This record gives sequence, C-alpha cells and structure tokens, in this order.
Amino acid sequence: MKTFYWLLKREMWEHRGGLFWAPVITGGVFLLLNLMGIIAGEVMGGRFDGRTNFIGNNMHLLGDAMDKQSMDKVGAGLDMLMYSPTMLIGMVLGFVVFFYCLGALYDDRRDRSLLFWKSLPISDTTTVLSKVVTATIVAPFIAVIVGTLTGIVLMLMFAITLSFHGVGVWHLLTLAHPLQVIANLIGSIPLYLLWALPSVGWLMLCSAWARSKPFLWAVALPIATGIVIGWFKLIGTVEISTSWFWRDVLARILLSVFPGGWYSQVPNLGGNDPAEMLSMLNVVNTYSVLATPNIWIGVVAAAAMLAGAIWFRRWRDDS
Amino acid sequence: MSAVITASSLSKRYKSSQALDNVNFQIAPGRIVGLIGPNGAGKTTALKAILGLTDFTGDLNVLGFDPRKQRDKLMGEVCFIADVAVLPRWIRVHEVVDFVANVHPRFDRKKCEAFLARTKLTPNQRVRQMSKGMIVQLHLALVMAIDAKLLILDEPTLGLDILYRKQFYQHLLEDYFDENKTIIVTTHQVEEVEHILTDLMFIRDGKIVLDADMDAIGERFIEVMVNADNAATARALKPLDERQVFGKSIFLFDGVERAKLEALGEIRRPSVSDLFVATMKGTYA
Repeated sequence: MKTFYWLLKREMWEHRGGLFWAPVITGGVFLLLNLMGIIAGEVMGGRFDGRTNFIGNNMHLLGDAMDKQSMDKVGAGLDMLMYSPTMLIGMVLGFVVFFYCLGALYDDRRDRSLLFWKSLPISDTTTVLSKVVTATIVAPFIAVIVGTLTGIVLMLMFAITLSFHGVGVWHLLTLAHPLQVIANLIGSIPLYLLWALPSVGWLMLCSAWARSKPFLWAVALPIATGIVIGWFKLIGTVEISTSWFWRDVLARILLSVFPGGWYSQVPNLGGNDPAEMLSMLNVVNTYSVLATPNIWIGVVAAAAMLAGAIWFRRWRDDS
Repeated sequence: MSAVITASSLSKRYKSSQALDNVNFQIAPGRIVGLIGPNGAGKTTALKAILGLTDFTGDLNVLGFDPRKQRDKLMGEVCFIADVAVLPRWIRVHEVVDFVANVHPRFDRKKCEAFLARTKLTPNQRVRQMSKGMIVQLHLALVMAIDAKLLILDEPTLGLDILYRKQFYQHLLEDYFDENKTIIVTTHQVEEVEHILTDLMFIRDGKIVLDADMDAIGERFIEVMVNADNAATARALKPLDERQVFGKSIFLFDGVERAKLEALGEIRRPSVSDLFVATMKGTYA
C-alpha cells in the first residue's frame, strides 16, 4: 500500500505539468477571459448588459438565468455557470490523459530509466496499475477540484459585477446548488474510470509494446482496421456495419479518455431548459449507463489489454 | 555458504546471434567478479538474465530466486548500476531519495544522506542538470545505502573522468564491500578493476572462456621476458602470445611449469589486459 502511494506520488512528480498545472492554467485563462469580457462589457456598454457576449464570456448564462422568472431555473442557470469551467478543463483532461497513457510505459524505455525503475523491488503489475489509477482517478479528481474552484470564483466574479449595478444577486446565489454540483462532478469520477478504461488500456498497451512512435501505432492501427473493414464491406465480402466499428470500437479505444462520452449511452438525454437539462445530467441519472452492456464490455476489454501491457512491461527487452 | 549465483546451460538467442551459448558458472558470496569480454560477447545479456530483465533458456538461480518468476522479490536483494546513466532526467535528488527510502525495505536513508553530503549534489537539483559524473555519484549513493547481497555493475564508469572513476571504486571498496556481499562488474577499463577483483571471467561469443580466481590465474598464467637467443626454445613450449619489447620477446604461457620458464628469462605475473588480449585474439577477425 505504501509502495502504491509512492508510485502515485512518483507519477505526480513526473507529470505535475499535465496533471496539475494544465487544469490550473486552463481555469486561470478561463477566468481571465471572462474578466476581460466583463471589463469590455462595462467599458463599451457603459451600463451592465447581461447579454453582452464576448469570446469566453459566460455572462449570458447568468443573464439567461435571471431572465427566467422561475426560481429553479435561476438556480439551474447558476449551476450551469459553475459547471462551465469544469467542462473546458474536462476537454484538457482528455488530452492530458491521452498523452499520459501513451507515454506511461514508453518514455522510460526510450530514455532507459526503465533500468532504474526495474532495479527496485516493485512488481510490474503494481507499476502499471499505479499508472492506470493516476490516469483514471487522480487526474480527473484534480480536474474536478480545480474546475469547481474556478466555477466558484467565476460566480463570485459575476455576482460582484452585478452588485455594482445594484442588482441584488447575493440572494440569487443562494439559489445555486454548489454542493450538488460538486457531488455530481465527484460522483462522475467512477463513471469516468469505467468509461475511460478501454482507451487507457489500449493506449497503455501500445505504450508498452511499441518499439517507437506509440502514437502512430495507437492511432493508425485502429483506423487502418476500420478502412480495411470498410473496403471488405464495399466489395461485399462481409456484412458488418462499419459505423459499429467506428463508434463502438475505435471511438471507445481512442476517445473515451474525454469525459462525458458516457452520455451517449444515456437514454432520453436533453431538455428544454437548463433545469431539465441539468436534472438529466444528474449523476443518479447518468449512472443508468451502468445498465448498458457497452460500458462493461469496455471494462472487460480493458482488463485484457492491461494484462497485455503488464506482460510487455515485464518482458519487452530492448534496453 | 552456498553460491550466490548458479547458472547451468544458460542460453539466449537473439534473432541474428547467439548471445549466450550454454553457459555454466557459479559465483560464491564475498567475491568481486570481473566479467570481461569484447563488445557483443554477451556480458550485458548475462547480467540482464541474472537481473530478470530478459528471458533465457536453461537454469539460473540467483540468491535462491528464479529471476524470470520472482524478479520483484529478487530486486529486494540485488542492486545494479548500468552502463548508461539510467536515473530519470526529471527527478530531483530529494525525490529519488524519498522514493527509494519508501519502496525499498533495505534502504538506509541516513547512510545515503551521508554519502550525498560528500558530493556537491543539492536536494532540489534535477538529474538533467547534473554532469554524468554527478549522476553516477547519486546512483552510487542510492545503491550503497541499500544493504543488498549482490551488486551488479555494467560498465559503471563509462564516460567518467579519471577522478570520478578512482573515487567510484574506492568508495565501493571502503564503504560498501564486505564478506557478505558479492559484486559483479563488467568493464573495458580492465586496469582499473584488476586490483580489486577476486575472480575473473572472460566471455567470448557467448561462451565463458576463462573462469578462475585471481590466485589461480597467477599460478596458471606466467609471462616471461626472453632474450632473442632463447626465443626458439620458448616458442617450442607453445606460448599463448608473443610480443616484442626493446628487442626482447615477451611470451605468455598457460599452465607451463614455473621452473622451466624461470630458466628462460625473467618471469612475472601478466596483467589482466595482456591476458585478455591474448585470449581474445582474432575476435573481430
């Protein structure tokens, strides 16, 4: 257990830039753009207009919220505002996890520091699992924390701006559900873990196996397979749906590291207004994904691919 | 005490070459063994097999473990420094010390810090900011603080200047080695290690061509400096090697009676490098 903790810490040391600074900087830039939008609105409009919308200015969300007379809808709009930075950070998280997994079992082979790590009494299984946990639990956890904090600062920023214009938003803010937002975001980490596993497994398998250019192998191999299947279909030798391959295989092994992909599996998603929309995104609702076979087939495939990655980690001999 | 390493019919084949060809050897505890061979002779492959880094055929027992199946347990008892600086470039001194201290049960943090205090390394320094000599100092400080039974050094001083090289072996002998430990070292800088070795193994084309302790080697191999008039007699005794220095011939004999040779001229103990050159004649031909 202690070894595992230190392995996670080791990953943090090596990837502090991607795991910690990338979300923090994204959050900071997000806040900065919104601040610039607010200031530009103040200067150009001379008076506050909640609908003024510059790039990155999410004020309109708040404006939308205040237009609605219903209190729930105001609250939902505010919640939406709080979610918005996490959504952006989630995109960044997808890229970070993608490249983290590709490098996880490759970089130390390339610079031969593998020989150092292998000289310690740590099994290859433990090492690989520590990297899986970093990608699927540690990374999204940091993203959620940073996203939530950014969301809170964003709300405060708008509230302060509005209060300069005599709009009493402080009581409106009490209509928001920050705890629910946080609970939903943290609650979606286990979903992220399960959903991202096939991508993490495939990328790590390529990372452990490729002698060079793991990115090329990881991406080119499934795409080439898809093209070959498409070609066979074209000349009529096989009767399988190619869209099935692209959507349920390729996208799952390459793109599932981007959070939120599981919504594609949730039935009846959508709504006419933020409140309805948000209640659909509620974590209790999204956990219905666990009833679909897609996610569990992915988990099983991931287990096989990770077993392969561990095997290659143990026996790949190119140092 | 039983052997630290027992290898029997150890073989390893790469696609194009036989790296190890049915090798048998035993290494006893408390020895410093030099594994010497030309490039591509199979030294590194042998070490990798011992460390469980590569697959092989045959039997290999290292400290009672099978390196193929019990590598992680084995690494609790074995340390190694490889021919290239293998510490990750991003890591800082304090991070690597913390990490090893927490994952290695036999690591003595105080010892390591005492070794580091003798160097110019600072806790926040990253490996990528260090010279090659400093990286080896750091690695050596880590390894010497681990109370391992077996230390494997694969060209540890390659690319170091002479100050670091001298210091390296000196520290190893003074602060690390004792009768419970075993060191296996491969190097091309034979002169540097020949005074510390207790055993010598020559490897050529995947085969062990010489495996003896230094005393036995002193008995078996004798170098004689012979004047030109005695040269023909000396040649008749089938020397391993002959070379000319200042108009005299120096012959290297394997297992010829000492008294016979003393009659021919001045005898002396051959250096390991001369012995090596004589044994490996024609390797690259």
